[in-house]
Amino acid sequence: MKRLFILLAACVAIPAFADRDEGHEHRTTFKADPVWLKECGSCHVAYPANMLPAASWKKLMGGLQDHFGTDASLTPDEQRHVTDFLVGQAGRGSASSLRITQSAWFRHEHDEVRADVWKRAAVKSPANCQACHLEAAQGRFDEHAIRIPR
Amino acid sequence: MHKFLFAALLPLGAFANLAQAALIDDYIAAARAEDPKFAGFSAERGQQFFVTRQGSRVGTEACAACHTRDPRAMGAHSRTGKTIQPMAPVANPERLTDKAKVEKWFKRNCNDVLGRACTAREKGDFITYLASVR
Repeated sequence: MKRLFILLAACVAIPAFADRDEGHEHRTTFKADPVWLKECGSCHVAYPANMLPAASWKKLMGGLQDHFGTDASLTPDEQRHVTDFLVGQAGRGSASSLRITQSAWFRHEHDEVRADVWKRAAVKSPANCQACHLEAAQGRFDEHAIRIPR
Repeated sequence: MHKFLFAALLPLGAFANLAQAALIDDYIAAARAEDPKFAGFSAERGQQFFVTRQGSRVGTEACAACHTRDPRAMGAHSRTGKTIQPMAPVANPERLTDKAKVEKWFKRNCNDVLGRACTAREKGDFITYLASVR
């Protein structure tokens, strides 16, 4: 059984490399959902559904008890609702890393950002969208609303 | 008018509103079920619980790691930096009014900080402390 899981994991991991230039999905129209905004937005910016493919959202939403090292569990009803919302508006591509910041499109979009910028106190982490994207909390990531803190 | 009378007659006058009183009643029942010798919640124990270092994992070693030692103050998520509204109802009247929300966060945060579920007594002490802060 364990071997089957390893094999499955490998099948999921390999197509991720074919994903490289399938970016820009995150720019498509964004629709908010109140439960998603409240539940996903309590600890971090509620990341838009189109930033990960459906398979990644399903995997991520199935493991909220250990969400990148933190218990972010929801009630079964909330979990179903948020999963449906995310999967319904998911980005294209195959399951890759569950970390948006490790997606090919994310790295491509941020390739001009120098390493020291990510480490600035006001930025802290690439996951801290609103440090530079002023309208991130509203799901807007347009280039005109970027201000990189000193 | 009736509402006010009812609130005044409740033994838990310290709780600012009915939702808080109902919440604490639920935890009293749970604490009794947990321990027949249960003798009431304590704001002092709740405060100790809030500030005491429980685990060893940096960032979630205590409630106060994110919420600060003053529950009237804004907190910040230790990993993401996202601001957290004050915990004490005196500074944030929405707190302790929604049982499902309270239980959701106890489940998550007790697991992160203590590595286990909190007991009903721990939860009741915690709530009693927060409600007592002026």
